[in-house]
Amino acid sequence: MSRAPRTLYEKIWDSHVVERAEDGTCLLYIDRHLVHEVTSPQAFEGLRLAGRPVRRPDLTLAVADHNLPTTKRVDANGMRLPIADPESAGQLAALEANVAEFGVPYLDADAAEQGIVHVVGPEQGFTLPGTILVCGDSHTAAHGALGALAFGIGTSEVEHVLATQSLQLKPSKTMEVRVDGSLGFGVSPKDLILFIIGRIGAGGGTGHVIEYRGEAFAAMSVEGRLTIANMSIEAGARSGLFAPDDKTFAYLKGRPMAPHGEEWERAVAAWRDLATDAGARFDRSIRFDAREVAPIVSWGTSPEDVAPITASVPEPDSFADPERRAAARKALAYMGLVAGQKLQDVAVEHIFIGSCTNSRIEDLRAAADVMRGRKVSASIRQALVVPGSGLVKRQAEAEGLDRIFTEAGFDWREPGCSMCLAMNPDKVPPQGRCASTSNRNFVGRQGPGARTHLLSPAMAAAAAVTGRLADVRELIRS
Amino acid sequence: MKAVTRIQGRAIPFGRRNVDTDVIIGAGHLKTITRIGLGRHAFETVRAEPGNVFDDPAFAGAPILIAGDNFGCGSSREHAAWALADMGIEAVIAPGFSDIFAGNAFRNGIAAIVLPQRAVDRLLVVAADHMLTVDLHIMTVASPAGDLYHFEMDAFRRECLMAGHDEIALTLAREPAIRAYELRTGT
Ligand code: SF4
Repeated sequence: MSRAPRTLYEKIWDSHVVERAEDGTCLLYIDRHLVHEVTSPQAFEGLRLAGRPVRRPDLTLAVADHNLPTTKRVDANGMRLPIADPESAGQLAALEANVAEFGVPYLDADAAEQGIVHVVGPEQGFTLPGTILVCGDSHTAAHGALGALAFGIGTSEVEHVLATQSLQLKPSKTMEVRVDGSLGFGVSPKDLILFIIGRIGAGGGTGHVIEYRGEAFAAMSVEGRLTIANMSIEAGARSGLFAPDDKTFAYLKGRPMAPHGEEWERAVAAWRDLATDAGARFDRSIRFDAREVAPIVSWGTSPEDVAPITASVPEPDSFADPERRAAARKALAYMGLVAGQKLQDVAVEHIFIGSCTNSRIEDLRAAADVMRGRKVSASIRQALVVPGSGLVKRQAEAEGLDRIFTEAGFDWREPGCSMCLAMNPDKVPPQGRCASTSNRNFVGRQGPGARTHLLSPAMAAAAAVTGRLADVRELIRS
Repeated sequence: MKAVTRIQGRAIPFGRRNVDTDVIIGAGHLKTITRIGLGRHAFETVRAEPGNVFDDPAFAGAPILIAGDNFGCGSSREHAAWALADMGIEAVIAPGFSDIFAGNAFRNGIAAIVLPQRAVDRLLVVAADHMLTVDLHIMTVASPAGDLYHFEMDAFRRECLMAGHDEIALTLAREPAIRAYELRTGT
């Protein structure tokens, strides 16, 4: 019997249905569950109160990232240093007690493999094509770069998955974002996803799962795809997907938790069948040309507030929609910017290179390439490089990137979420302005009153060198 | 979860639109490790306003909250629902809710009840002097002043609330199907 052509999303969904109700709600099997310290304590508490075990600890992996300070974690004798903030220390202690009590595999806070949950999953081969992966965190979408259907869940759902290894869900709509052509000189995947969010809006993907298709994505490395998929949620989409291809398989081969030997061969053969069938229909399709994309910076307090670095701060009245006009006016007041001001004239005092969006080895290489032989401008008060995991950190050190950064005047830190959100000691002070490779420029995200400009790692380095938002193409051309 | 079929008592006439999860519970309280105790930090920024409804002794311990449209927008963190539950709220009445918040509320035993703006406006006035009764069985909100409004609610959610089922217990009852899936797929 021949089947109707299906999208990648539909294939993954269909293969995970345990039971389907009449109204379309499905009980879906969950293959992989990542757990971190912020959204899990109440879930474990719920299990404890109900006397329930974790159903499949072997499909669960825990790691702490949000609260951990990025300064030294162990003293000269290898003893763990205490966390000063009692509530942060409490969340870490709760996670460690819970994983011990429930037998959940855990990457210790001072293990080499520790890192941001969305960096660790792919790196360990825990994230695999064709699986459904969840985590109590909205940026779980990142794992879709490897062809996993990955999305964030709330704490009750975390408890539900821990207890049952399944979730009750209704299918999403599908949306194709197709980008052909190739990215220009000095333009990175981060610029492309900021460009896309700018075009479709922060709510443009609501109710949909996005599949990224076309030449620009086919040519992109897995790390670049992780940056793109990660920010799907900033376009309102629950999840972002890339069809697994040879690049995906090469990335995963030999990773500790990926299949090995004959099992690997069988897995790859199955993964090849996941790609969207010719003729499959998406509920929505959007196309762009990669050649239109320039290095981008954000100017407001929503990830849709973006412009090419060569542009000026927009005039709020230039927006047709009255709500958008009002939001832009508010955003400019919060950001301390004036309409018409050139983006390249905006001085910054803080630089943050890190977060689950841009803290992998290619990101650090791109920033280091700009920094090589240069110094952080004297006007910069704080410049941080925070690798996404201990393994990224080690690799960067083996390549000498840490020396390029420290000699330029950057702080070289331990892995964690760091300045992406103000939950640990790395914060931007009130009214401080930060060039940041993270994913959210919301009011107060990097600290109360903090002003965030989202950009790529190379652009963050360019801002570090010049002390203002700058066009990285001018620095690397010379 | 506690079964709820009938919720009767005072209703806090809040009425504000687009109340996001940060307003319900400030981001500074996300580091807690239990579900309880967030109630006293709920609506902190609103409570800083003189004469706010939350500090009006008439509404102390009220089980119902009346809000404006798009209640609970913003973050997916469940702390907002926990804070309301900890305040003793069992039902929120509004013209509309954020999807994620409505799901979180339901999972924590709070009925998110959608009524048209005009009905909500009327209830905001009535609530100043009267108790309200929410009946999940017949799906009505009533006041002793003679108001009677019908609402719709997802059948599954309504049943869960009325039976006090928790969703996890319901799924655990599907264990044979889950086990069969694992055997079939070799998971
Ligand atoms: S790096 Fe930022 S976005 Fe990513 S998981 Fe951590 S806090 Fe969330």
